[in-house]
Amino acid sequence: MTVEYNPDQKIPHPAMWGVLYKSSTPFWEGVKNKKIMLQKCKSCGNLLNPPRPMCPKCQSQENEWITAKGTGKIYSWVTFNEAPHPAFKAPYAAVLVELDEGPRIVSNMVDVKPEDLEIGMAVEVTFEDVAEDLTLPKFRKAG
Amino acid sequence: MPYQEKRKLGRGVAMVGAGMSKFGVRNGLSNRELFVEAFEDMKASVDKGIDTKDIEALWVGNCGTEIWESQLVVAVLCAQWIGMTGKPATKVEAACASGSAAVRQGIMGIASGMYDVVLAGGVEKMTTLPTNDTTTALASGTDISYEASGGFTFPGLYAAMANAYMNEYGTKIEDFRKVGIKNHDNGALNPNAHFSASITDIMGKQIAKCKERGQSVPNWADELEFLDDPVFNPVIAWPMRLYDCSPVTDGAACVLLVAEEIAKDFTDNPIYIIGSGQACDEALHGRDTLISVPAAKIAAQQAYEMAGVGPQDVKMAEVHDCFTVAEVMAVADLGFFRPGEEAARAAGEGKTARDGIKPINTSGGLKSKGHPVGASGAAQLVEIFRQMRGEAGGRQVPNRDIDLALTHNVGAHGTTAVVQIYERR
Ligand SMILES: [Zn+2]
Repeated sequence: MTVEYNPDQKIPHPAMWGVLYKSSTPFWEGVKNKKIMLQKCKSCGNLLNPPRPMCPKCQSQENEWITAKGTGKIYSWVTFNEAPHPAFKAPYAAVLVELDEGPRIVSNMVDVKPEDLEIGMAVEVTFEDVAEDLTLPKFRKAG
Repeated sequence: MPYQEKRKLGRGVAMVGAGMSKFGVRNGLSNRELFVEAFEDMKASVDKGIDTKDIEALWVGNCGTEIWESQLVVAVLCAQWIGMTGKPATKVEAACASGSAAVRQGIMGIASGMYDVVLAGGVEKMTTLPTNDTTTALASGTDISYEASGGFTFPGLYAAMANAYMNEYGTKIEDFRKVGIKNHDNGALNPNAHFSASITDIMGKQIAKCKERGQSVPNWADELEFLDDPVFNPVIAWPMRLYDCSPVTDGAACVLLVAEEIAKDFTDNPIYIIGSGQACDEALHGRDTLISVPAAKIAAQQAYEMAGVGPQDVKMAEVHDCFTVAEVMAVADLGFFRPGEEAARAAGEGKTARDGIKPINTSGGLKSKGHPVGASGAAQLVEIFRQMRGEAGGRQVPNRDIDLALTHNVGAHGTTAVVQIYERR
């Protein structure tokens, strides 16, 4: 099971909206370089995903970026037999991954049988060029 | 901290009229026409009558006329069509909680002393697009860049919550299915419902269809076996199947709210709104938990405190069952049942049936009555109004004086929640 971007449909992938904005640029630059970058509040140390201009915990606008290990575990999951959005091809699995650093990220599982998916499964990041100008972090079973 | 003091309404607010359109696939009717239908139904419910000229302001909950009708300013257009031109008319958007959020604006309008008589409700015309396009349109109620980018749809988001719930508590998929069976049983008695049919009725219709087409006739032992049949109840987003999901519905609903001191000018039997709470939350990835809707807990706490009552005092509730798992979480978030097995089994054990200890969704809920997203929250008040006044017909809660009731309306996948409490004196 994998997730394919559906290039036949000449429509923007929903992730494109996130790519457009300044505060998330380092995240998407990271993805292009096959890294998951996490925003870290310089004031309170809070790790943020998705990135944003202000730390919601302490309101500081001072932040730096750290490179995540790219490993974590499945926090929850769902499989789709139909893709309502033309940008996706079914079947696919959407997951919420809790990164080892703490923040959670919405993504997809690749190379996994739906019946093997379970909460707590150890996963590692992989990167997929879903379109000419869009790379997305995806996850697969670790090891 | 003076800002943290417990909130009370500045002045009492009463609901003296409530009405809704027929919910369903309403071909040939626009948002405005649906709202007129709800308005007429509301007017007919005001015992001593209401002159439209006396209504001072309008709030209309609505998600997406922009998407479904390429139309902004739906509140203004509704005002024009019901004869309120010249009055303030404002659209309120809070995804699937838009209707309740609009009603809350009305409550604040009265409680603040700014108005004495207001109309609040909601409307949604959703069937203009094919289902997949509507699912995609609704997904714009998520965080598009960071949730929809994973291909998450609303069924998917709630399915992720259902998987987390079962993983945490070891509850069974059947528990969710039984919520749907119960709500369809109620909806079968609601002539305004999208599906005025029980699951048993639907099974009968499917069997008849098979016979008509000369296909092999399925032989389900019971409703659960039907709901396990992948042909008739396909998986939408595992473990949520078709009959775990509320339908795509057209509909409108509205309520007439007035200052407490003039309520008796309109009816001898007003319903007082004594508590209101609202909260918002992060998207899925920023949420503290997936096995509860934290915003609903906060909103409930505010409403209980304002009303000076607790979960044990609530005689019945309309809760947001956009997916069956949502009702399981709601009855725990509201404090009716303990989270886990008790909440999950409440429907199956009959505790939330019309004659149970805590009747939930006597209207059929979003599941069976239908879910015209902007109207759903307002339609919850219509059911409460009728049940509290003993006007719910065949689905009237039996042998119990419904003098205290609650509505629980969730926007998107828990990013907004509105809880309100009603009293009959
Ligand atoms: Zn901070």
